[in-house]
Amino acid sequence: MMFARQRKSLLCLFAMCLGLLPVKTVSAETTDSKIMSLGISVTETVYALNQQHRLVGRDTSSTYPPDVLEVKDVGYIRALAPEGVLSVAPDLIIAEEGAGPRETLDILKDASVEYVEVPNEPTASGIVEQILIVGRALGVEGDAQALADDVAARLADAIAAADAQPQNRKRVLFVLSTRGGKITAGGAGTSADGIIAMAGGVNAIGDVEGWKQLADEAVAVAAPDVILMMDRGGDHGIDNEGLFNMPSIMTTPAAQSKSVIRMNPQLLLGFGPRTPDAVEKLSEALYDPAS
Amino acid sequence: MASDAVVHLADLGRPKDRLQFALKMHVYLCILLICVSLASLTVGATGITPWDMAAALLRGEAPEQMASIVLFDIRLPRLFMGIVVGAALAVSGAVMQGLFRNPLADPGIVGVSAGAGLGAILAIVLGGLLPVWLAEATGMYLVPFAAFVGGWGTTILLYAVSTRGGQTSVATMLLAGIALGALAGAVGGLLAYAADDRQLRELTLWGLGSLAGASWTKVTVTVPFILLALGVAMTLGRGLNGLALGEATAAHIGIRVQRMKNTAILTVAAATGAAVAATGGIGFIGIVVPHLLRLATGPDHRALLLNSALLGASILLIADMISRVIIAPAEMPIGIVTAFLGSPVFLWILLRNRGAVGF
Repeated sequence: MMFARQRKSLLCLFAMCLGLLPVKTVSAETTDSKIMSLGISVTETVYALNQQHRLVGRDTSSTYPPDVLEVKDVGYIRALAPEGVLSVAPDLIIAEEGAGPRETLDILKDASVEYVEVPNEPTASGIVEQILIVGRALGVEGDAQALADDVAARLADAIAAADAQPQNRKRVLFVLSTRGGKITAGGAGTSADGIIAMAGGVNAIGDVEGWKQLADEAVAVAAPDVILMMDRGGDHGIDNEGLFNMPSIMTTPAAQSKSVIRMNPQLLLGFGPRTPDAVEKLSEALYDPAS
Repeated sequence: MASDAVVHLADLGRPKDRLQFALKMHVYLCILLICVSLASLTVGATGITPWDMAAALLRGEAPEQMASIVLFDIRLPRLFMGIVVGAALAVSGAVMQGLFRNPLADPGIVGVSAGAGLGAILAIVLGGLLPVWLAEATGMYLVPFAAFVGGWGTTILLYAVSTRGGQTSVATMLLAGIALGALAGAVGGLLAYAADDRQLRELTLWGLGSLAGASWTKVTVTVPFILLALGVAMTLGRGLNGLALGEATAAHIGIRVQRMKNTAILTVAAATGAAVAATGGIGFIGIVVPHLLRLATGPDHRALLLNSALLGASILLIADMISRVIIAPAEMPIGIVTAFLGSPVFLWILLRNRGAVGF
């Protein structure tokens, strides 16, 4: 915790310096290349490594921290337009796995833009690997190692704390959408499954693979103790009363105890440097809702 | 207003004037296409233009690598792709409306769109199950290839269903097309249900279409194929005119009806299959463009087919320009733009000319 606080104040100091000396802070080494960051976890890592001054482009999903909204949005990560990407003139693109399409990447290669692909596995080791790869691409290996160690330690603490709680494991159902009265939820292998396990919960539909729309009865059989949802608007904005009155959910223990947790989707499912906070927050909401 | 004059001429319905006007229209539409093509090379997120590059060359400077990549590897293949795909969709629409004597017919009616869509879904969802060597060999061309095979397969199946004793019944084909389309939709829905998050998004994007993936490789595969199909389609004008009188009459005035039907169906399947495979589902061009031209220059297919090709190409290029600058540096899928542009214009013209739709 101490470390995190120091880091935060350092970040503030850095931001102030940037404000006072608008141009001349860029160092002489390779660390002045312009970068484009694609994917939530990559963008958050770029910020955590204090390299945000080099950002010239981002994808639509990268919206944290709020400052990043000032950076140009080049579109959906799987449908990048070659000219759009070239128009922000990046020297280096750091992308989460699955960015594309292939034709665009080929043209970028021809245009000698460096391209680094970063895996994004929803596990603790996946996060560490991700941070180290991003750090290497940015030329700040030292900082990346420190950040990775810090995140890994805090994540291990958070997971251990979640594990140590004395109550019975709660069955958690992550509801992605309730559109049309149908529940779409996260099964095994999804990022939701990963975060639920880390926070000491049991995925109520752990025997289903991937994101699935569930039959009403399947939800009842899954018998979740808690519903976990994203806190953004649109069709996720169903209110608690509406949620617990859905025929599929009405009979579950979650509806009887009126237990629903809403969390920011990027924090919850991003699997980047903020994941330890997400685990802490979710675990607290699951087992210690009073605090 | 020029459009008032156009509508007025259409209402007069004097065949000779109309044909002359339709032939003049070739020239106007050629000029339009050239202007739109030049604009298409000039407009883009980077602000690079061919004129700057030409000026640099004239001054004896070597062109920047960036500029030549943007112009020659991004915008030029995209221009070619836009022209042939726009032309293919519009001409296919015109041919189908003529063949089926139905104003609602579009290239999709021979099952080619549904089949191509099914092929694409199969490739996206089940592509991961292929053995590694095959997946590597096909790579990013798996989806377009599957779409093409799916489109052709459906058309041939449909054709076989509706042909009895060497005679193809267009009414059977229309109905069987609806049934096959529904079947393809059901299989697609089943696969979409089994798809994961990433595959679902890929499916959605494929369905909306885009010219952004136009690489030289795709262009060299697609363009000659479509041009050949379009060349054959251009010879169908007289036969389609005859067919407008009914099949029996057409046969009496010396048109080999069955042979013409074969040619029409195969060329449409080839042109649309290749176009859909290369760029995904781009709607509306096949319906709007031929009807616009019929309202303006009358139903004579001899002029209509070439005019449809020229106007279809121009409209798709305009839609593509909008799709790439409206939210630059990101890009809007082109199917959204064509529908947004096409529907209101089409409705407006229909409202002004109630009862004047003929072919």
